[in-house]
Amino acid sequence: MEITDIRNFVPTTFGDWVPKFGELWKTQISALRHRFGENIQETRMPPDYPTDVPIIYVKKESILNVLSFMKTDSTFEYNFLSDLTATDESIEPRFELVYNLFSTTKLVRIRLKVRLRDGEEAPTATAIWPGANWSEREVFDMFGIRFAGHPDLRRILMDIRYVGHPLRKDFPLKGYQIFTEPELADPALLEE
Amino acid sequence: MSSEKARWTGSEAMRDGSTGFLTTRLEQFISWGRKNALWPLPFGTSCCGIEMMSTLAADYDISRFGAEVVRFSPRQSDLLIVAGMVNLKMAPVLRTIYDQMSEPKWVISMGSCASSGNGLFDSYCVLKGIDTVVPVDVYVPGCPPNPENLLHGLLSLQEKISRGDTHAQRRQRV
Amino acid sequence: MPMTDTIHKSALDRDPDDLWEDSRAIVNIGPTHPAMHGAFRLVAKLNGETIEKSYGEFGYTHRAKEKMGENRTYHQYIVYTDRMNYVSAMINNTVYAMAVERLMGIEVPERTIWIRMICSEMSRVIDHLVCVGINAVDIGAFSYFLYGFHEREEAYTLIERLCGARLTTSFTRIGGLMADAPEGWEKDVKAWVKRTRKTIDEMDRLLTMNRIWQKRTVGVGVITKEQCIEYGFSGPNARGSGIDIDLRRDQPCMFYKDVEFDVPYATEGDIFSRYLVRIEEIRQSLNIITQCADRIKPGPIWCEDKRVRIPDKDVVYNTMEGLIYHFKFFMTGFEVPAGEAYTQFEAANGEFGFYIVSKGSSKAHRMRVRGPSFWHFQALPLMVRGLKIADMVATFGSINVIAGEIDR
Repeated sequence: MEITDIRNFVPTTFGDWVPKFGELWKTQISALRHRFGENIQETRMPPDYPTDVPIIYVKKESILNVLSFMKTDSTFEYNFLSDLTATDESIEPRFELVYNLFSTTKLVRIRLKVRLRDGEEAPTATAIWPGANWSEREVFDMFGIRFAGHPDLRRILMDIRYVGHPLRKDFPLKGYQIFTEPELADPALLEE
Repeated sequence: MSSEKARWTGSEAMRDGSTGFLTTRLEQFISWGRKNALWPLPFGTSCCGIEMMSTLAADYDISRFGAEVVRFSPRQSDLLIVAGMVNLKMAPVLRTIYDQMSEPKWVISMGSCASSGNGLFDSYCVLKGIDTVVPVDVYVPGCPPNPENLLHGLLSLQEKISRGDTHAQRRQRV
Repeated sequence: MPMTDTIHKSALDRDPDDLWEDSRAIVNIGPTHPAMHGAFRLVAKLNGETIEKSYGEFGYTHRAKEKMGENRTYHQYIVYTDRMNYVSAMINNTVYAMAVERLMGIEVPERTIWIRMICSEMSRVIDHLVCVGINAVDIGAFSYFLYGFHEREEAYTLIERLCGARLTTSFTRIGGLMADAPEGWEKDVKAWVKRTRKTIDEMDRLLTMNRIWQKRTVGVGVITKEQCIEYGFSGPNARGSGIDIDLRRDQPCMFYKDVEFDVPYATEGDIFSRYLVRIEEIRQSLNIITQCADRIKPGPIWCEDKRVRIPDKDVVYNTMEGLIYHFKFFMTGFEVPAGEAYTQFEAANGEFGFYIVSKGSSKAHRMRVRGPSFWHFQALPLMVRGLKIADMVATFGSINVIAGEIDR
């Protein structure tokens, strides 16, 4: 029995992306390697790897340069940040920060990943996209990854006084901490 | 129906054998007035809030039963309908709102998330039922309950008020 | 710390030009507030009635769905998806089913896709009716809300005939649907479409050219095109500011290539433009529903892939393999091959996506939900700066934030 996975591209669920954008993706990746050289650690292309769009692993130090290059350069034009999140692999390096990008002019998507160790800080993307502010706060809240240069790194989904980072793999599903007083407003955040 | 008759003729026993708590005609009259003019505070947090909005709209009209005047301020309302899930961040807020309401006050816990924490969301942040925080008079099950369910809950609360069987009325008697 | 904090300078130090210098009130427009749909909080620094600076807070309905995604099998997770954007639950079900089917390389039959499209467009219509209805109630027009809600009740009756539940439908399954549409359902849907068209025209006549409505909404709560891209806006909020992107047309899935519809957009970026875009989108969705209901043909609704096909009840009760397979399916779940994908769709609020990372087991390694309202709520302090509190209430209603999508 043949095992099918995402590489069995179905037309009604975006199965035409690889024939339509395959050449464009290859051009873009070779342009990136040409410009950034060593900083592009690894790339995974469909259909060799079971993914929907190419995944580009970038070194932490140059991720901001890569993102702003991809936002403005005319071959790329990835101007829309669809999603900023993280995953917890339990092997070293522990975390992978994931950027899902979309181009509103070329209508194509791509994914960037940054590998981080436990306790390492990542640079903030709020200078490139102000909308990344809350997503990075959510990544901090859920995983404990700090962002260097973030204007306001606090917990966002859980209570400010909460201890622990819920989406880590070693955090239990049940069992909770009780708060008896509501969280009060903080006038310091409203200073100009 | 016959329980209605038993009360007004002064006899204490009702059809199913239970006895009411209201002894004087005045108390019965006051509770009749209270039950037919409840002012709800819709504490709608999640999905049950949409079904509560449907109950307040024209198709399943809650104002037929007197609970039309929806007031969002706890100082002006007497029925707290907790519709939706209450989690750890929201629990102290719920308790503050409940404390700010003035006596007599009643609580309907609408939906399975508010009544018991909802077995689906058995996680680190959901409160297992609001009766860990506030005293509840009527639990309406469902996920989300149909508007007809909520109206049945409201009518049960009205019946409890007319019997004198709610937490608020017990506190007054003590 | 008290909830409101006013600092007055003494009369001797007051600057005669600015009598109210340094007496700003910090007000907590808190989690239980009628205008904060669901449970959100906006803490604002007021100068009289004008908002000078504010910040928003949420997390009051956080239900840990992403953590649940790592602890429940893919089939068990379907019920969690309809509690995300609970006003249009079928869209979430459809996107989730598409996401997992994409990871498994499954193709579903035609009838399933047509029914999923009809349900998604119906959910989009009822979501927009709630949004404009609540927006109108916040500004003061109460009977407008009741018109929209009557059509919603009719839609709920149709959905109940289809799957048994009004709001939390859990209708799609991986590889198919829960049950086939009953006899004559498509005809009733078309009749509903006809009635809703008349109702929308009536609602339009009530508010669009109304002087009070225009005074309250034109020029209020503006967000520009560049700010939309920077803040990750999508859906009717972005189209109200001039960004002509609609994922149904630009990244089509299912059979959206085969139906004809227009994508409305406006350029001003204020509440009125978003309202007009939503009303026109309702009309376009009604067109799509009619076209789908005309083209649907009887046929199978399940994909015959052995991994996901839930056996029918007569097979379960009468054959040994059916029984064993049924037991195995519901106790351990099927395995999704390793891989990852970000599957997105144009939900009623914008780009709703599932980023699923699978390591080959029966539970996801990472189940990430991209809710569009998360990005929209972030720009609210920017949009209400300098407006009065009443304008903030109207703006918040027009963005259509749904608590289930933000807090997950």
